[in-house]
Amino acid sequence: MRYDADMVEPQVEPVRLEVNGIERRLFVAPHRTLLETLREDLGLTGTKHGCELGECGACTVLVDGVAVLSCLALTLDADGAEIVTIEGIGSVSHPHPLQRSFADHGAAQCGYCTPAMILTAKALLDRDPHPTDREITEAIAGNMCRCTGYLPIVRAIAAVAAEDRP
Amino acid sequence: MRIDPHHGVVGRAAPRTDALAQASGGLVYVDDLSYPSMLHGKILRSPQAHARIVSIDTSAAAALPGVHAVLTGADLPIAYGLLPVAQDEHALAIDKVRQVGDAVAAVAADDPDIAQRAVELIDVVYEPLPVVATMNDAVEIVDEPIHGDGPRNNRHREVSLDFGDVDAGFDRADHIREDVFFYQGNNHAALEPHGAVALVEDDGRLHLWSATQVPHYLHRIVAKVLEIPEHRIRVTANPTGGGFGAKTDVFAHELVAAKLALATGRPVKLILTREEVFYAHRGRHPVLMWIRTGFTGAGEITAMWFRTYVDGGAYGSYGPASLLYTGQLQTTTYRIPAYRFQGVRFFTNKPACGPKRGHGTPQPRFGLEVHLDKAAEDLGLDPVTIRERNLVHPFSTTVNHLRITSCGLADCIERVVEASEFRAKHRNLPPNRGIGLAVGAYMSGAGLPIYFNDMPQSEVLLKVDRGGLVTVYSMAADCGQGSTTMLATVVGEALGLDAADLAVVTADTDLTPIDLGSYSSRVTFMAGNAALEAAMKLADLILTAVADELELDTDDVRLGRGVVLAGDREIPWPDAVRMAEARWGLLTAAGSYKPPKGIRGDYKGAGVGPSPAYSYSACVAEVDCDPETGFVAVEQVWLAHDIGRAINPLLVRGQIEGSVHMALGETLMEEQAFRGALHDGPSLLDYKIPTALEMPPVEAILVESIDPEGPFGAKEVGQGPLLPVMPAVANAVHDALGIRVDEIPLRPDKILAALRDRERDGQGRYGPTDLPAYEFRPPLPVDPPPELR
Ligand code: FES
Ligand code: FES
Repeated sequence: MRYDADMVEPQVEPVRLEVNGIERRLFVAPHRTLLETLREDLGLTGTKHGCELGECGACTVLVDGVAVLSCLALTLDADGAEIVTIEGIGSVSHPHPLQRSFADHGAAQCGYCTPAMILTAKALLDRDPHPTDREITEAIAGNMCRCTGYLPIVRAIAAVAAEDRP
Repeated sequence: MRIDPHHGVVGRAAPRTDALAQASGGLVYVDDLSYPSMLHGKILRSPQAHARIVSIDTSAAAALPGVHAVLTGADLPIAYGLLPVAQDEHALAIDKVRQVGDAVAAVAADDPDIAQRAVELIDVVYEPLPVVATMNDAVEIVDEPIHGDGPRNNRHREVSLDFGDVDAGFDRADHIREDVFFYQGNNHAALEPHGAVALVEDDGRLHLWSATQVPHYLHRIVAKVLEIPEHRIRVTANPTGGGFGAKTDVFAHELVAAKLALATGRPVKLILTREEVFYAHRGRHPVLMWIRTGFTGAGEITAMWFRTYVDGGAYGSYGPASLLYTGQLQTTTYRIPAYRFQGVRFFTNKPACGPKRGHGTPQPRFGLEVHLDKAAEDLGLDPVTIRERNLVHPFSTTVNHLRITSCGLADCIERVVEASEFRAKHRNLPPNRGIGLAVGAYMSGAGLPIYFNDMPQSEVLLKVDRGGLVTVYSMAADCGQGSTTMLATVVGEALGLDAADLAVVTADTDLTPIDLGSYSSRVTFMAGNAALEAAMKLADLILTAVADELELDTDDVRLGRGVVLAGDREIPWPDAVRMAEARWGLLTAAGSYKPPKGIRGDYKGAGVGPSPAYSYSACVAEVDCDPETGFVAVEQVWLAHDIGRAINPLLVRGQIEGSVHMALGETLMEEQAFRGALHDGPSLLDYKIPTALEMPPVEAILVESIDPEGPFGAKEVGQGPLLPVMPAVANAVHDALGIRVDEIPLRPDKILAALRDRERDGQGRYGPTDLPAYEFRPPLPVDPPPELR
């Protein structure tokens, strides 16, 4: 498609999101993706991107508890939703058990897929606290990692699930 | 110098020093940077594979509100290239384009949408030229060479070398075997797309951040192309979201971002899309190979003749080195008494190839290891025996003048063969299941720098503050391999400190001394040795000061864990540091590393292949094939790697598992394929890499040969473990189905074609037979080293 020089800017529209427990009211263009809103409007750069076409999984965030590719989600469609990004589950000072386990198991090399992997794992464990290795592998199959061969990622998630066992 | 670790810092499986930052989303990659009033850059790329640029009209783009600068080739007229012998690229095309995706013009605008709109308003008129899509085209299409001053057959480089008496070697052979193999090109597919941010600092100097593995080379080339002295430029390499060689070249977007920042006086960010990454490429070269080897009846190699035809794509890039790598390292695993290597690299109108993990060596390694498997069968030997009969000796010199030092290859083979029960399983598994073996070797750093100079390849500076904090300064760029953690671990071990308690400043040309970059698996060996030398000097300063202060003999003062042991006293590290600062002033120490002289021959081409040490790997793969669909499932991989010494076993295992993943992708599914000169699928949907579901269990076995020159005995692990995996799988498929697919990737359709070939009474082979009609010049004779004459 070709743009005309005098093409008008699309009208922005209001949207209300709850991001990491904080209510955010914004005005965004209809074509703005949730990925762009999180990274560029809210400065939450922990969410990554490797394709922006729904192919790699690096942009995964939780929308109402479900792992979603934020590059394919329009911000306006998330109106009223609860969104959790990697910044929302823990930090260097207070890591979430999954963050600690990924670090300890060498589950991140370049670290670029890591935030998305951790959120995908969190969605899984919230749904099923004691998955088998096969279930873990299936859950992360939509998230690409080019560095680790996935094996330490599965180990890291399985260790958290095991810790949690009564 | 052999130093035995005794503080327990080296050898401990510890997390990366930045692991929690990675896991909490806090690590700052280049696209995470943002500055006030930052503009967004966008590049217009060529839809033509080979065409003359008749005209470019940028007026509509320049007039678009929100556009601050528009550039074309005329604004960046200086040619560059990473190798001094390949200065054939322009940041923005001048006069003609040579591949789809060549950068033609660029803009900086207030936001990415306006930038996108602006590039689409640029009008370029092209006059199409004949397209050279294949190596056969390169030889045949002669009207318009891709590079104007290049030869008419589009030959980029040629090698033709004879080491020892090759003809005599074939004469004394009892058995001679010939094979042809093809290895398709593929992309690194690092998860993070390339990108750069540039701005003019308060002092008027240009500051460029980039997702690069080679900040030093980028620094030099930015200075050259922008015609600014190096000291007026600062380059910072962000942690990269995966490298694998993808980010070891200098790219148009880096030069364009810098130029746009200078043109506008405002910060500019330019991040590539995934499609642009596939066209920027610099990935694995497609290589066609012909191999002829003579054997004695007992399976000993008497001579080898290796020919490679290398499809380079549109530019030189690292190509002259890549070409030599397709021939040079065969001798590092096997004793080859006489060796002829002929190779040619062609220009074609496709994205330029360059270095990807293993750089030029996975292709010949695949060919060689499958060829040996076939020869073993000819001779009635098993795959283990034929390899063992030819293994290179530790501390020897190869016929092409490479110096071999520590070599744990025999151990690697024994360990994987045992762990996998290879001997019991080979030829004995149930139908459609098979097992295969292969080996490989890789350099712990290229022995020579990219541009000729006599200076160190790596330098490290240590500074200690009064609180006792040791800061390590090194330009080594962490591309995920863990070089920052390695530096902290080596210095920590030498000083008795925890790696996690040191600070490491890396990859910034203003702040850190030279390291040539994260390529050729050089960082642990070279930056590690520089760091160790600096740490030993620092230890000496501190121990001397403590001994003087306490009036003790220096022999009575030594380092403990976090303390200085002085006679019967334990001085806490910070107190010892303060004594030393009082004695010497500011506490700093520097170390440098330069590979030893005498590790290379002096023939043309001898600069590629030498390394201060080689790592070795052996791999066994077990597969389950479906003869109905041609689908190959890799059930398990055993990989033993001679790491020298594992400085951090957690990170070493990670490199092995990651290498297996990347290797299986290349083996089974990945290919940078083209329709004509158009990429077949420049997206991660079409270009499939293995997901978690395709990843088999991997048994990683560490063999520690303790290299006499490596830091604490360490060698490389980033690339070597990839090499034997492809041929091990191919050999396993043969064991399973009795067919040979002499091509990578081993796609299901090729397996089915080979099965059909066998049914038709053929040999059950799928693979190339014809070679390009290219005449090599007669080989240049090179005398073997004295000990082999
Ligand atoms: S960025 Fe790749 S799936 Fe969203
Ligand atoms: S750690 Fe690099 S992509 Fe997963």
